[in-house]
Amino acid sequence: MNQSHNEEMGARITKKAYITGIILALLLTVISFGMVISHTFSRKAVMAGLFVAAFAQMLVHLHYFLHLDKSSAQRWNVIALLFTALLLFIFVGGTLWVMYTLNSRMM
Amino acid sequence: MNTNISQNASVHAVDPEHLDHAEIRTFGFWIYLMSDLVLFSVLFATYAVIGFNTAGGPAPKDIFDLPYLFLETMFLLISSFTFGLTIIALHNGKQKQVIAGLIITALLGLGFISMEINEFAGLIAEGAGPDRSGFLSAFFTLVGTHGTHVFFGLVWIFVMMGQVMKAGITEGIRSRMMRLSLFWHFLDIVWIGVFSFVYLMRLI
Repeated sequence: MNQSHNEEMGARITKKAYITGIILALLLTVISFGMVISHTFSRKAVMAGLFVAAFAQMLVHLHYFLHLDKSSAQRWNVIALLFTALLLFIFVGGTLWVMYTLNSRMM
Repeated sequence: MNTNISQNASVHAVDPEHLDHAEIRTFGFWIYLMSDLVLFSVLFATYAVIGFNTAGGPAPKDIFDLPYLFLETMFLLISSFTFGLTIIALHNGKQKQVIAGLIITALLGLGFISMEINEFAGLIAEGAGPDRSGFLSAFFTLVGTHGTHVFFGLVWIFVMMGQVMKAGITEGIRSRMMRLSLFWHFLDIVWIGVFSFVYLMRLI
């Protein structure tokens, strides 16, 4: 029983996955900080860049550290995450939309 | 016919049930993490709304220190990596490596949390505490909530360290370690949002 449990987890949890993950994560962190420090890009470009880098790094962590993938063992975890992502989009997106257009709404 | 049914029943009763328990616990913990994500998202939204109201007090550019933030981020990121290696040692049944991994992860986590406490204490000492402005209230609430999570993660790491030292690597400890690893990696994911949107976004 232990064995089957190990094999099931072991298929996804490998040293290689963690090393790939940490290298990608470090790279994306350095890119984020670098964009802000360098001052070479326009404000809008840096903002978009930060969004992309943060989203990409979150995906890297989810895949290489939390081992989410398309396998059936992970299906419900992924569904719960996607549902939560929808909630986050409604909460954060909805809040920003309403609050940043408040002035025009109150005219 | 009868024996067939009972054999089938016993096979079903033993094997998948055991797996189910471990999987159901992990899934339950995952659901808790998702609800925590909802909590953080509301704090992020609050920061996005009132984070610009500095009330004549210090602005992000006056109080955020990039090299300091980078070091803090490295502490947490590398602790995520060392915890991953600890999980590999756990699956290989290497008790000493697991304890060493937990100690290194805890030290990195302590490094992160002491830097954060130091940052907070410094801000409060210069009169930039959470009562100074809407920006600082939202900042302290969001970053402080994350820090509190890291603190309890550290407590959990020390508890697991004690359990592994005392009992070795049992099935129960293995399953608790898996949930702790979800928690620790999850906190690092939330931190990506914090350093990107709370700090860096406001320093452009």
